[in-house]
Parts: sequence; structure tokens; C-alpha cells
Amino acid sequence: MQTEFLIQIKDLKASIDNKEILKGLTLEVKPGEIHAIMGPNGSGKSTLANVLTGREIATVTSGTVTFEGKNLLEMSPEERAREGIFLSFQYPIEIPGVSMVNFMKTAINEQRKHRGLEPLSASEFLRQMREKKELVEIDSALTNRSVNEGFSGGEKKKNEIFQMAMLEPRLALLDETDSGLDIDALRIVANGVNKIRRPDTSVIVITHYQRLLDYIVPDFVHVLYDGRIVKSGGPELALKLEERGYDWIRKEAEVSEETWTTDRK
Amino acid sequence: MENDQDKLLGEVTSGEYKYGFVTDIETDVIPKGLSEDVVRLISAKKEEPEWMLEFRLKAFRHWQTMKMPSWAHLKIPEIDYQEIIFYAAPKQKKSLNSLSEVDPELLKTFDKLGIPLEEQKHLAGVAVDAVMDSISVKTTFRETLAEMGIIFCSFSEAVKEHPSLVQKYLASVVPYTDNFFATLNSAVFSDGSFCYIPKGVRCPMELSTYFRINASNTGQFERTLLIADEDAYVSYLEGCTAPMRDENQLHAAVVEIVAERGAEVKYSTVQNWYPGDKEGKGGIFNFVTKRGICKGDDSKISWTQVETGSAITWKYPSCILRGNNSVGEFYSVAVTNNYQQADTGTKMIHIGRNTKSTIVSKGISAGFGQNSYRGLVKVQGKAEGARNFSQCDSLLLGDKCGAHTFPYIEVDNPSAIVEHEATTSRIGEDQIFYCNQRGISTEDAIGLIVNGYAREVINKLPMEFAVEAQKLLQISLEGSVG
Repeated sequence: MQTEFLIQIKDLKASIDNKEILKGLTLEVKPGEIHAIMGPNGSGKSTLANVLTGREIATVTSGTVTFEGKNLLEMSPEERAREGIFLSFQYPIEIPGVSMVNFMKTAINEQRKHRGLEPLSASEFLRQMREKKELVEIDSALTNRSVNEGFSGGEKKKNEIFQMAMLEPRLALLDETDSGLDIDALRIVANGVNKIRRPDTSVIVITHYQRLLDYIVPDFVHVLYDGRIVKSGGPELALKLEERGYDWIRKEAEVSEETWTTDRK
Repeated sequence: MENDQDKLLGEVTSGEYKYGFVTDIETDVIPKGLSEDVVRLISAKKEEPEWMLEFRLKAFRHWQTMKMPSWAHLKIPEIDYQEIIFYAAPKQKKSLNSLSEVDPELLKTFDKLGIPLEEQKHLAGVAVDAVMDSISVKTTFRETLAEMGIIFCSFSEAVKEHPSLVQKYLASVVPYTDNFFATLNSAVFSDGSFCYIPKGVRCPMELSTYFRINASNTGQFERTLLIADEDAYVSYLEGCTAPMRDENQLHAAVVEIVAERGAEVKYSTVQNWYPGDKEGKGGIFNFVTKRGICKGDDSKISWTQVETGSAITWKYPSCILRGNNSVGEFYSVAVTNNYQQADTGTKMIHIGRNTKSTIVSKGISAGFGQNSYRGLVKVQGKAEGARNFSQCDSLLLGDKCGAHTFPYIEVDNPSAIVEHEATTSRIGEDQIFYCNQRGISTEDAIGLIVNGYAREVINKLPMEFAVEAQKLLQISLEGSVG
């Protein structure tokens, strides 16, 4: 039972300032699967990302999250990252004066240390930087600058995917990665994700719109509404949402108290 | 290089002041208290010529008419000058011919501090003058430097061996009447470094003085005089530490720099005096007067300081830009954590034509620390075409600390251009979380962010010092968040 799932979220409830945002969320992701979580604003999408990465804004009140058989909720944010959880931020943070090179090297070596590996040599590190830069089509000039400082919205998103390529996570959470991107940038970012994904890398795509899913094709689509997953299906569900909006979900949800879980047959 | 820096950063894990040990060595101390007799006694101990004693006595008499300055944004407890010992010297043979004659305890002390005095083992390219309490213990590489005509020795030796140079330049930049602490220093100064770079000589190695306070209840009053003759160049480093003691100790130094025509002096300090404990008990009171004069045309003086230590810092390394086209620079990072207080900055006095000055000050406050930048940019009437650019940034960690900026600008020439920029920011939870999410711990994240913030200044330091400074910044701020 232990290792079939990479991450198992069971009946998760979480609040922000005593207001319950997640109201019993259940989600299971196997290695290599891509899950999309869609939902209207305020449905709890970002809170889910915060809870999974350990950001203190949200307080977990009940439920469990098991990552590779370990209790994720007991780990500090940096431990979760070292265990292989990566968040592509909706709003990447600027850190003036800290070079991308120094930042990435510190991050990679912390993660390697956690896995009992030696730090990367300078030449190996630079080789990987070069290789991954090409993969995600990021401008060399960007990685020579300070972390996200003065980057445009699109550059910041690309830089997130570049970091994902460098860190090779087990589970990538893409939080509204498509927001603020024009169609070309969207394509580059999405292709980047596809190129750097290994067969056992799992991805949870959190998005409001369907368009990113044209490029990153999900195995499962879940609709998050009012803190619960109220509907799950295949990629066609995303198209239906695109077509019909969230109103019909809202109506369905209102007539049912039931919680849908992933249908796995 | 990056790799080494990272490694060193990574090595730093304990937040305690690691230079807080005491050396058990026999010390020659005079009775505590200050009087004309004490001044005479210090002079006699140092076997000084009459003119030196006269200078001290003039200063002492003047000091008795002065009051401690109170304009700084500092809370300074009453200092009882009759409770301080004004001279303490590790006992050793009168003159040292070789290192084997230095007390092994002393050698051990400087070894522990990472300052090996044995030249052959020493990091290539740095000559060191080591000062413990009131006297200079050992100056390395003197012979090598002497071949180029460079004089690098303790101040006491300079008084004996190069009296005309000392007499010509002593107090020429900081007169004995200058201020309360400089005047006190002029009366009781014990030792320090003296350096003279002759015309046209580029000093081939970094010169460095390492100050160590060891004896208890003792004040340290060192005096440094640095002269770069025409077209000479020197880069000078200064480091300092002290044992952890419950009582406060006074450090009142004077540094004077003279840059003749076309000369360039780069003066770097990593100040790490004991800052006191987490409750604010103990620590060094650091009241220092540092000033340089760009005496000749086309000369340049550059101050770089990383201030992490001391309970109280009161210090304004300044440049008098007298020569035409002369350049003054001040790059500073000052950290105050726990109950530390700093009031530090610079004065740039533009006298000559087309003189230029740059000020970059980065304050970092954490805990209950209070950090003030105080700076004066003065453009005199004849300083046609003078330019100044000042940038004062403050970074706050937590909400119990304070950052303050006191810029003074006086411009008497209409062609001058003076710019001043200031920012205040806080290390954001979101920046730390962003680092956490990439696998970087909170302590390391703060280290990264703070070093990023201070990079512009750190980059001005010679390599050896830059790495030490990065480590220090991280250590001084450990435990300040979360």
C-alpha cells in the first residue's frame, strides 16, 4: 500500500485566519502521472499549493498527506523541497544581489547533501546550467542576473521552469504557471516542462484556464470547488470547463454533499 | 572561487562569537586611571623622545577641557575614565630578533585567530602587524618591503627610527584637538601601525594590522599613520577581535591617511570586536576617528568597512579631497544585532576642483539593534565641478530593531552635483520561503539574502577579507529570524 502512490492526500482540511478553505480534499497521484486541478477563484487552489509546500499561511486542521510513504505535514518547507517537491510559484520572488548561479548552486547542493551525495563540482554544475538553459530556452543573460530581479512576468515563469529542470523534482506543482504569459511564452514554458519530465516525475498543474493543458496533457482533471474536489475526469473535462465555465459545476456541487474522488479503473 | 565561498559559508554553523577566548599571558599593566603622570608613564615605558611626550601632554591638557559628544544616535552609559587601565603589554623580551623569541602563548593566540605570524607559512601576499593590547607583537615581511623602500612597522618603532616622517605627518589629518576621543587617543595612544610608501612604488602585497584586546579592564588606543607618497599605491587591511567579557571595554583609535599627488590608498576594515551577549551585556565601545586627506592632485582614498562587532560603534571614516581631481570613496556594511548600536558613516569634504566622492552604505539591523547612517557631503566654494553620489540602504530583520539616516549636505559651489538615494527594506517572509522551497534552510537563506544585499560593498574587499566578511555577516545574524 505504501509506495503505489507518490503522494496521497486524504480528507485534508486547512484554514487561513480561522476560515476554512480546504474542506476535506482527497487526491492520489502515482509516479509519472499528470493531474490538473482546475477551479474558480477562491476555490482553494493556491491554499493547496501552500499546504503541500509547508507555507505557514495556512493551518492544517485535519487530514493526512503522505509523500513516498512519509508524513509530509511533519516536514519543514526545506525538507519537503529536498524530498523532491518543487513549486513553480505563481508570483516568483525577487532576491536582489543574489546571483542565479549562487542561488541554484546552494539549492542543488543542499538537496544533494540530503540524498547523501557530494556537492557538484563547479564544472559539472556549469555544464548542467548550460544544458538546462537550452532545454527550457531561457536567455543566458537571465541566469547571470540576480534571482528574478527586474525579470518580466514571462521571464520569471521561464526561470521557474529552468529551476525545475535543474532540481529534477519527483513532484512538480505548477501554480498558475500560465498566468501572465502570451501564447509563445506559454508554449515555450509548457514544452520545457514536457522536455524535462522524466517518466516517473509527477506533475500537479493548478490552473484556472484550460489552455496550458493543450500543451501539458493531463492524465486526470479535477475540479476544485469550495475546498473540495467535486468532479474528476480525463482531459475532456478540462475542455468541457473551458466551454461551459464553472457554473454548471457550481450547480451540481450545490445539490450534492458527496465528495468525488479520483476514479481509477 | 564561488565554490570556496559557498563551502566557507556552509562551514559556519555556530552562532557564538568564536574569538572570545582569553590568552593566559603575563601582562605588564600600569595602575588604572588617567592623569598627567599616567601619560608620562606611558611615554616613558615606550622610551619616547621629548617631542612625543610634549604632544601627548598638550593633548591631555586639552582633553581635560572637553566633554564627551552626545549628538550621536546612541545610548552610551557613563564611562569612568579613572576605572580604565590605559596601558597593558604582554611581557616579552625587549627586542625580538626572530620569531622564536616571541612568547609561544602569543603565537598560539594569533594562530587561533587565523593570523599565523610565521612568514613562510603565511598566506602569500599579506604582510601583518599584530597588535595585542597596547603593543605591537610582530610585523612580518619587513625586510622584503624594506628593499622597495616601504616602511611598515609598529608606531613605536617609527617614532624611534623615522622621527622626521612621524613628526611631519602625525596629527596632520586628525589634529589633537579634533574631538573628545581623538584627543584622548593623542594623549594615551599605545601602539599601532606605521606605513610609508615611497614615490612611485606600488606596494606588492596587502599590508595588514591585526588588533587584539586581551587584558581586562583595559582600553585600547592605537594609532595608525599611513602615507602614500607621490604616485604610490597601497592596499591596507585591518582586523580586530576581543575576548568575551562582562564589562564594557573602550577602544578609541585614530587612523590618519595621507595621499600625495597621484597616490592611491585603499583601506579595508573587518571590525569584529566582541559585541556583547544576547542580553546586551559586555562588548566593546568602539569610538574611532578615521580620516584621510587626498593632499595632492589626482589622488584617491577608498574606505571599505564591514562592521559586525562592538556593543557601540561611533565611526566616520572620511576624506578631505584637497587635490584637484581627487577621489574619495566609502563603502560600508554595518550590522547591529541583539542590543548593538551603531552610528557610522562618512564625511566627504570637497575642496579641490573636479573632486569626486562615492558613498555606499548598507545598514543591517536585527534583534533590538539600532543602526544609524550619518554622513556629510560638503562642497566648498572653490570645488568647481565637484560630484558626489550617495546611496544609503537599510535592511531590517524583525520588528524590534531600528534604522536611521542622517545625511547632511552643504554645497557652496553652484556647479556641484550631489545625489542622494536611500532605501529601507525588510527581509521578506516570502523571500525566505522561496529559498526554503528550493531546499535552502532559513539560516542559509538569510545568509544568502544579506550577502546579496551587501555584495556591492563586499566586492570592494580584497578576496581573503571578502570571504571572511561573508562568514561574519552570516554569523552575526544567526538566530535573528524565526
